[in-house]
Amino acid sequence: MNKTLNQKAWYFVIPVFALVAFNAVVPLMTVVNYSFQETFGSNVFQWEGTRWFKEILHSERFHASLGRQFIFTFIILLIQLPLGIAIALTMPKKGWGVPICLILMSMPLLIPWNVVGAMWNIFALPDIGFLGNSLNSLGFDYNFTQQSGDAWFTTILMDVWHWTSLVVLLSYAGLNSIQPAYYQAAEIDGASRWDIFRYIELPKMKKVLTLAILLRFMDSFMIYTEPFVLTGGGPGNATNFLSLDLVKMALGQFDLGPAAAMSLIYFLIVLLMCWVFYSLMMKDEGRT
Amino acid sequence: MKKIKWVVPTFYIIFLMLPIYWLLNMSFKSTTEIINVYSLWPQDFTLDNYKTIFTDSTWYMGYVNSIMYTVFNTIISVSAALPAAYAFSRYKFLGDKHLFFWLLTNRMAPPAVFALPFFQFYSSVNLFDTHIAIALSHCLFNIPLAVWILEGFMSAVPKELDETAYVDGYSFPKFFFKIFIPTIAAGIGITMFFCFMFSWVELLLAKTLTATIAKPIAAIMTRTSSTSGYELGLLAAAGSLTILPGAVVIYFVRNYIAKGFAMGRV
Repeated sequence: MNKTLNQKAWYFVIPVFALVAFNAVVPLMTVVNYSFQETFGSNVFQWEGTRWFKEILHSERFHASLGRQFIFTFIILLIQLPLGIAIALTMPKKGWGVPICLILMSMPLLIPWNVVGAMWNIFALPDIGFLGNSLNSLGFDYNFTQQSGDAWFTTILMDVWHWTSLVVLLSYAGLNSIQPAYYQAAEIDGASRWDIFRYIELPKMKKVLTLAILLRFMDSFMIYTEPFVLTGGGPGNATNFLSLDLVKMALGQFDLGPAAAMSLIYFLIVLLMCWVFYSLMMKDEGRT
Repeated sequence: MKKIKWVVPTFYIIFLMLPIYWLLNMSFKSTTEIINVYSLWPQDFTLDNYKTIFTDSTWYMGYVNSIMYTVFNTIISVSAALPAAYAFSRYKFLGDKHLFFWLLTNRMAPPAVFALPFFQFYSSVNLFDTHIAIALSHCLFNIPLAVWILEGFMSAVPKELDETAYVDGYSFPKFFFKIFIPTIAAGIGITMFFCFMFSWVELLLAKTLTATIAKPIAAIMTRTSSTSGYELGLLAAAGSLTILPGAVVIYFVRNYIAKGFAMGRV
């Protein structure tokens, strides 16, 4: 759309700007402030320069949790995107099945995150949980509180359960916006099912899929509550993701300086990744 | 082919419903039964867990608190985002692109980063442990999202609508409320749904910003582990009840979801 130049439009943006700035600027500056200082409690601070940043960037603990975080996010995207698209493609397009599918599939999205964690905890417990009990009676040696492999498996399964629906809803919306004329044309041309997917559906879903990738990347990279309740980062440090490690450091050990430095590095990584996605997305929008 | 198609969504829905069923199943059992007997349905059906929640004010006030700040937040986010999204969709102005990206960066900020500074900040402005504090803090990620979604919907409305209205002698406020808002009603519905959703499910900030008065239900739940061991039955009942408001909201917006998703950005 061709937009008119109008500086007065700023007046419309002021409420949003004020509300977000109120929440973002002051707390963020507090974090920046801490990251350069050492605190001994009761508001005694000492300037430390970039010491914390250097320490964090060289600490093995940070490397380990960052690595775990990237692996987790990567696996999540790898499973949820194809699965979400597949479900959206096979979902009914009209009739009574549509509201049922939409309502039931949206359910996991609206459950508070710690309830999701708690729910999966009692669902996966090896003795009293349905998943744990079934797997064990099938002959698998499954115990997510003891074995790190099982903890990973459970955390990933939980996230797939929790968030795949978002990808489904987005892809479904993208599919719904395709005019029937495209399909008719494809039929006349004798296109195969795969051709229809590759040349009609996938390009039309590009926009919503970029959004899905962006949202899923951000949220899985910031995941905190669910693994905190499910595994608490354990066993050992097996599922100790970035956010969990950060909160342990900030609120558990009260190492404000290092925690603040880690926060900033963490935030910058997310920001950088999102900037890349965002520019790719906007470039596409400009072309079409 | 037609029949095979049903298999994938059906299995997916079964997979989604299993943990929810297990939670419901446990909520109708006593804690002793949960620990001692493994069964697919309650052997000794009881409503005691729910009775405890509905008679103890520390429990049910948690629900009231959660609903209160969620509704506050939805109202604040959407009413602030409406004019801003209009500006972004219709006008070019100094720094518009940067502002838009800056807004989005706040959606990307890990709440864990903000937990501690928020605690200190809201304590210093005397808002600690109030509903409005949580509602305001959730604006951090809900307003950017609301602006983003609404902007998508508004850009889909042709500009000719605005111009025709002005030619017909409508003033801006009259046009905005009488014509424009009804036109994008579906978009507003979807936006409210997302704001409600993200505010309802967030716990880290809500827990950090409250002590007793405004404590959300999700935070109250964590106490079942501290007093007298794990009261699993109670935990399951409380958890099951947190699913309800979401289910009600989905039921109301079910028609919008299908339609609204299709026309907007989300």
